[in-house]
Amino acid sequence: MAAVTTTPRQKFSWGATNVVVIALALIPVLWMVSLSFKTPTAILDPSFIPAQWTWGNYTGILKTATFVRPLINSIGIGLIATFISVVLASMAAYAVARLRFPGKAALIGMALLIAMFPIIALVTPLFSIERAIGLFNTWPGLIIPYVAFGLPLGIYTLSAFFREIPWELEKAAKVDGATPFQAFIKVIAPLAAPGMVTTAILVFLACWNEFLLAISLTSTIAARTAPASLAYLSGSSQFTVPTGPIAAAAVVITIPIIIFVLFFQRRIVAGLTSGAVKG
Amino acid sequence: MTASTHVAAGTEAAQETTGRHKRPQLSEGAKAERRLGWLLCAPAVIVMIAVTAYPVGYAIWLSLERYNLELPNAVKFIGFANYGAVLSSPYWWQALWVTVLITVISVAVTLVLGMLLAMVMHRTLFGRGTVRTAALIPYGIVTVAAAYGWYYAWTPGQGYLSAAFNYAAPLTAQYKAIAVIILAEIWKTTPFMGLLLLAGLSLVPEDLQKAAKVDGATGWQRFMKITVPLMKPAILVALLFRTLDSFRIFDNIFILTQGNNGTESVSILAWDNLFNALNLGIGAAISILIFICVVIIAAIFIKGFGTAAPGTNLERR
Repeated sequence: MAAVTTTPRQKFSWGATNVVVIALALIPVLWMVSLSFKTPTAILDPSFIPAQWTWGNYTGILKTATFVRPLINSIGIGLIATFISVVLASMAAYAVARLRFPGKAALIGMALLIAMFPIIALVTPLFSIERAIGLFNTWPGLIIPYVAFGLPLGIYTLSAFFREIPWELEKAAKVDGATPFQAFIKVIAPLAAPGMVTTAILVFLACWNEFLLAISLTSTIAARTAPASLAYLSGSSQFTVPTGPIAAAAVVITIPIIIFVLFFQRRIVAGLTSGAVKG
Repeated sequence: MTASTHVAAGTEAAQETTGRHKRPQLSEGAKAERRLGWLLCAPAVIVMIAVTAYPVGYAIWLSLERYNLELPNAVKFIGFANYGAVLSSPYWWQALWVTVLITVISVAVTLVLGMLLAMVMHRTLFGRGTVRTAALIPYGIVTVAAAYGWYYAWTPGQGYLSAAFNYAAPLTAQYKAIAVIILAEIWKTTPFMGLLLLAGLSLVPEDLQKAAKVDGATGWQRFMKITVPLMKPAILVALLFRTLDSFRIFDNIFILTQGNNGTESVSILAWDNLFNALNLGIGAAISILIFICVVIIAAIFIKGFGTAAPGTNLERR
């Protein structure tokens, strides 16, 4: 396995392996892209390259509130839930990483439990409770559970990052007369910013991806998110299959992910592995 | 707890308590630290309890009631009758079997492929960043979006995969549909497994590998005798995460088959009872049973295999 010297043959075989991995990862995505550019007649041709190209699927979905409104909901709900999760998780993770207090183990256990929680077990009660208190089919009705599920991820990732921060700086701040709270805001928070960005990306991706709660706790486009809206898209007429519009919508909701992955590849990898492996 | 002692407020009083298990009188500094700790955790704890602990309690209560939204006046406490109805129903056992089948196969295949992917990402001579970026796309992609891609790919007359397999229509037959669901799961989750294993792989010392190579160990021997034992903790954590995640499979099935043709998972069954049959009592009972299954799986991993639950070593550090 370990290559001490590199022969052209090794170069070639690794190159071929890389190509296989990249192809396996990308072909299903390219298939979606291909579908999204096919005209309604070309859809019925299973070839990978569209026989006739059209932007019609994109212009179609971006003109209807059935998709645009959920897209706005997804962005809004995702950003707000991410912001709240990261703020609350930073506070808790700081305490976990840096302070001594009884109940820390309980907090970690609780976060772990929630991270592993079968969301379906919450759908029934949340559906019932949210209908009773008027949160059903509203932004807060999704934001609150998303924050709760973002928190364990945030607490793990951030406490791993917080442990790497040079502690002496905070001590120095305290010697200079800062309160623990000031030391947190002025010294640790800026140092923790990269970890917070990473956590924010992971939490946002999780909110962006969420489907089960999104279809269960919404009933109209008032709060329905983009993944949940896909099933409601229709063809250009009642009698055309909605394949093209759905594929276009799927591509649109994939674009932010591709952008995140391209720009933050290192951060995402670091964040994913820090929480799980380092503890 | 001991590891975090050095982080106590830098007063003499706090240092006095360092490394001791006895609890001397808490100094003002330590008390303030305690209060701050609780204060900082409080908002997170409140949100988590409000969204999970309370609803779970409520779900337990619901599961003991006859509660059908179509018959709102017939709500009645009926004890464990809902559980009896679920556990004596072939639908539950069918769904549990499908879920276990999907979980076991997809997790096993993902482990093997994830290990291969981790090795490629670890060892490849060039283009490491490109491979990782490409691998992250299945991880990040919205499951539902990818599921539609698979759905159309396997639709006869539209899809390239169906065309490649002699215009097959696998989504209409039980085990073929389950195979497609498993395929979609594997594609989506292998990168995550690969990244978790990559982190474990980077902890395996290179010198040990070289020494074994000098001693004449083959690649497979080195893998089985050095890499796997050293990576065992990372592998178990990754397996635990993936197993629990796979057990709650919903999105892929919901799009690919809607649970038709005997492809319902337990999560789909619960959802069906809630939103199609509008039966909150039965839906809640299924939810609680799923929760119990998850607890059993976690217990097997943590007690049986000695998986270090993530976070437990926070305390040891």
